[in-house]
Amino acid sequence: MMGESAVRAKSEQLFNYFQAAGAQPVETDILQPADTLLDLYGEDIRGRAYVTSDPLQGEVMLRPDFTVPVVRMHMQNGAEPARYTYMGKVFRAQEHEMGRDNEYFQVGYEVFDGTDPVAADAEVFALIAEALLPLKLRAATGDFAVLLAAVNGLNTTDRRKAALRRHLWRPRRFRALLDRFGGRKPEPESRVRMLAEATKDGVAALMDRAGPEVGLRSRAEVEARIAALQEDAAAPAISAGELEILDTIIGLRETAPNALEHLRDIAVDLPSILPAVQRIERRLTALDARGIDVSSLDFEASYGRTTMEYYDGFVFGFYAETRPDLPPVASGGRYDALTRVLGQGRSIPAVGGVIRPAEVLTLTEGAQ
Amino acid sequence: MTLKLGVPSKGRLMEKTFDWFAERGVSLRRTGSEREYAGAVEGVEGVELVLLSAGEIPRELAAGRIQMGVTGSDLVREKIADWDDKLRELAPMGFGHADLIIAVPKFWADVETLDDLDAAAAAFRAEHGFRLRIATKYHRLVREFLREAGVADYQLVDSQGATEGTVKNLTAEAVADITSTGETLRANHLKILSDGCIHQSQATLFRGRRAGWSDAMRADFAALMMRLGIET
Repeated sequence: MMGESAVRAKSEQLFNYFQAAGAQPVETDILQPADTLLDLYGEDIRGRAYVTSDPLQGEVMLRPDFTVPVVRMHMQNGAEPARYTYMGKVFRAQEHEMGRDNEYFQVGYEVFDGTDPVAADAEVFALIAEALLPLKLRAATGDFAVLLAAVNGLNTTDRRKAALRRHLWRPRRFRALLDRFGGRKPEPESRVRMLAEATKDGVAALMDRAGPEVGLRSRAEVEARIAALQEDAAAPAISAGELEILDTIIGLRETAPNALEHLRDIAVDLPSILPAVQRIERRLTALDARGIDVSSLDFEASYGRTTMEYYDGFVFGFYAETRPDLPPVASGGRYDALTRVLGQGRSIPAVGGVIRPAEVLTLTEGAQ
Repeated sequence: MTLKLGVPSKGRLMEKTFDWFAERGVSLRRTGSEREYAGAVEGVEGVELVLLSAGEIPRELAAGRIQMGVTGSDLVREKIADWDDKLRELAPMGFGHADLIIAVPKFWADVETLDDLDAAAAAFRAEHGFRLRIATKYHRLVREFLREAGVADYQLVDSQGATEGTVKNLTAEAVADITSTGETLRANHLKILSDGCIHQSQATLFRGRRAGWSDAMRADFAALMMRLGIET
């Protein structure tokens, strides 16, 4: 285990490197308002972040990452385009003893620039790849936009598409929904019974005998959902062909050029993914122009699906193949939707990534 | 050093624990005045009785300040991260049964399963601008259960008592609480989700996994286990 001063020195070196690349250095508070983070990540973040209370501000969190506060800062008063870099510690509560560090340094680079998003993706990736070049890491990439476009292109109801989009980051839930919408699994028995009763006696009669109205969720809301369930029960199942296409996309794991070929084939049957596929192609060209060997780059359509909730486009991570015990040395991606959520009506295409300097040092020392 | 056995310091849980040990030839009793938390053990050697709040027994076991303890299996899971690395279940004791469940208003005719709860939570958030609130004091257990089930768009609000009343009082839309007969739930117009049972709890005898026992403690422990008829 290297000392903290060595990690800090490495962090500063990377911080300077990002500044030399044109980024403006920024700082964020360690104590962050909890409501923003809770709103974004949901209750799960409580298990992963340190929550404490301030007598005046109410609930606050030790920053679990930099991206959210940097986006907030930029959306409030940033001029565009902008490139930022930051360094400092993030804090992650570990619920299991064999877990990882609960505080560690990150050095990051974030680009808010809508002129050429694909070029910005390549810029962030190439800059980080160059900083890590001596470590000979494996890079994995993915793109959420493909799966999102595939869901949007399904021949089914908007409500089902919205439900699938909402659970894109929870693979098991996503799978369960898909099985039901595709008729591979039956509806829950209780639902079938309820819908039969609603058809036989009418929703009003069903509600009258269900019990007295208590709580904030109103009878009108319950009735609205029953109507939605009735509508859903009447909608045809998603076709086996479309389910198969979705399965193929989810399981796609290839070198980038092969993956691209595959996706082009798929786009013949599911044209909704074509713009996303063309974007991947342009990104590979942009990466190639920056000297990245794209022929050996890994592409996984499901990459980061369980861990990277706010990313909604290009995603990447750098791994030491000889040290599977280590967390990714660097990771990042595109988060346009996050800027919309935090921008109160405004949004801007944004992409960024972080390096973990402690892992860089561990691997540098291991190589010597 | 003697082996310390932690037992709930009052009420039915204490009485039932005393009965359970007595049936197996080990007499536990309180000593001193009615209000003094002191106890004695007869029938085995080298075991000391420590009377504690049931809620503190998990922590004391994990810290190694007591070597054995009787408490609810729900409390151990709620209070100790990776509990089975630190504690071992010696024997379920067959009393203090209670289920930790998720309940919603009975008139929610559209919600019977976790899948429904998830969909209702999404609609609720869109309608009200905040996440559907679930009142509980079992934060860890409920959060892990709902994460596993893939339920989103909810938030937990802390409730240390009268949890079933939070829905009527508009401080929560649903509850996650302990129930044994379900009577309080019914009285408050709530129903249990069909797949909403998080944990079936009962009073359980635990031992801590901490090292550092002397040979004498190990021998006394083996003798106690023999007497209680517990195979280890």
